[in-house]
Amino acid sequence: MIESLRQAYGAALVELGRKDRNVVAMDADLGKSTMSCLFQDAFPERYFQMGIAEQNMLSTAAGLALGGKIPFVSTFAVFATGRAYDQIRSSIAIAGLHVVICGSSAGLSDYGDGKTHQSIDDIALMRVLPHMQVYCPCDAVTVKGLMRVLVEGTGPAYLRVSRADLPVVHQENEDFRQGLRRLRDGKDGVVFACGTMVHESLKAAELLERQGISVRVVDLYRVKPLNREALLREAEGMKAVVTAEEHNVHAGMGSAVAEVLGKVGMVGVQDSYGTSASGYEELLVRYHLKDKDIAAKVAEMLGKA
Amino acid sequence: MEYRNERILSLKRHAIDIRADILDMVSTKVGHFGGSMSIADIISVLYFDRMRNLDPRHPKDPKRDRLILSKGHTVLAQYAALCELGYFPREELSRLKTLDGMLQGHPDIDRTPGLEAVTGSLGQGLSIAGGMAMALKLDHNPAKVFCIAGDGELAEGQIWEAAMSSVNYHLDNLCLFVDLNGVQASGTTDEVFPIPHVAERFKAFGWHVVEIDGHSIPRILDAIEDSDRTKGIPTCIVAHTVKGKGFPFAEGKCQFHNSMLSAEQYQEAVAIIKRMREEVGK
Repeated sequence: MIESLRQAYGAALVELGRKDRNVVAMDADLGKSTMSCLFQDAFPERYFQMGIAEQNMLSTAAGLALGGKIPFVSTFAVFATGRAYDQIRSSIAIAGLHVVICGSSAGLSDYGDGKTHQSIDDIALMRVLPHMQVYCPCDAVTVKGLMRVLVEGTGPAYLRVSRADLPVVHQENEDFRQGLRRLRDGKDGVVFACGTMVHESLKAAELLERQGISVRVVDLYRVKPLNREALLREAEGMKAVVTAEEHNVHAGMGSAVAEVLGKVGMVGVQDSYGTSASGYEELLVRYHLKDKDIAAKVAEMLGKA
Repeated sequence: MEYRNERILSLKRHAIDIRADILDMVSTKVGHFGGSMSIADIISVLYFDRMRNLDPRHPKDPKRDRLILSKGHTVLAQYAALCELGYFPREELSRLKTLDGMLQGHPDIDRTPGLEAVTGSLGQGLSIAGGMAMALKLDHNPAKVFCIAGDGELAEGQIWEAAMSSVNYHLDNLCLFVDLNGVQASGTTDEVFPIPHVAERFKAFGWHVVEIDGHSIPRILDAIEDSDRTKGIPTCIVAHTVKGKGFPFAEGKCQFHNSMLSAEQYQEAVAIIKRMREEVGK
């Protein structure tokens, strides 16, 4: 069965709006594409048409969240994450506000409109923000399941939604708090995929099976925070680990997986914002960015810690 | 009349206390002296007179009026008022901008009780205030949202996006002060990036606009009452102010946007505060 993810977004929004009157929706003149228009029809008083002004929309969402509302903010992924990046960072993410940002027509799925409208950097932009959760569903069932999880949650979340209609491969009664799901088992290698690429990966596994290669396919629909333990379990003993995403290979889901499975010791800011201090040195110490931290990491990697 | 005079005198005293605390906070460290001093009188009126249902024991009381300081770098003035109201202990003022202190360089709602939003990246506060005003309207909550923006900040395009949406959503529970002190980080606004006719601009965007002397306590009180009477549209109070107000060595000078006072300047400022207090009989 093939279903529309954005239709699922709009339908789920209406369902959430019916259950909780604090759910509000906002859009920047793209509601007929993102399908937030379904919420507009159902709850016009709780729908805010913000016009073609994404920066104002995201900071306004912060204000609504501070006022006790649960804003679901939708527009195209490029504009949500790129045009309003600093508004998401400063107004929403630093404050840790419960705002759900739906980046619609994500990846290359807005095929005709070209590079300005195709998001190949949105996962990277969102996953680099401390406090932000990042979700990349591959079917309509996952969109709905994640939205039910997200409305109950806390903090900011980014939901990446394709414009394409895609096959349903998940079950309605799944626990979408797990962050990933094995959709096909195999013993030689594993493909971690998200979004559209889940379907391509399942087909790739069929191709490989004919060549006598057995491949596991895992839908990594929650890119951040990763379910590290489950990810390590799925990769354990595999001779090949491949990631597949409709996004730049730099800093996307694949990079997130490599950060967990890779053999590079990373000294750096561990996914947190900065803070005020009396001096710069104090902060280098606080964030473990000193010579002794590098030395300790090297020793740890050499097994001498 | 007598009551009104008492009320004005009390707010003048609070404004002096705010200025004294700002001075203390920057006595040994770099801080946004000029722009904090220019909003001291507005902050005094808001926190010690107009903003209703403020309760340091219940900082999130839904009935409270809110203030979003869009020009977040001048939060020193807000810290002074919140401290006086009892939101945090006085010792915190001297721990400004220190590791693990409650008072960050820019407003941080995780650290400081009484603050309402994260601001600092300029141009975003009016949008946040608008969102809060929208939430209050959905809840039929009569609380009011105040916002203070700087004049240099008006160069941020988002301010004008918010100016439009606040009118589109009839946010008459939103009152914006523009702290028109005419000076920004690297010079006067006329030198750096002129934004003339601020009042006319907001009028053209559909706002109710009041233009006042932003250091006159009675004019600030009247302007807020004017905004209370205005229905259907938000109010913009264009407050003509002086950067570094009260301290002649710093008044109107961009060098005091974010700086440390010399020992002589600090001593002079302390003497000025003393004279200010004598003038209001305190």
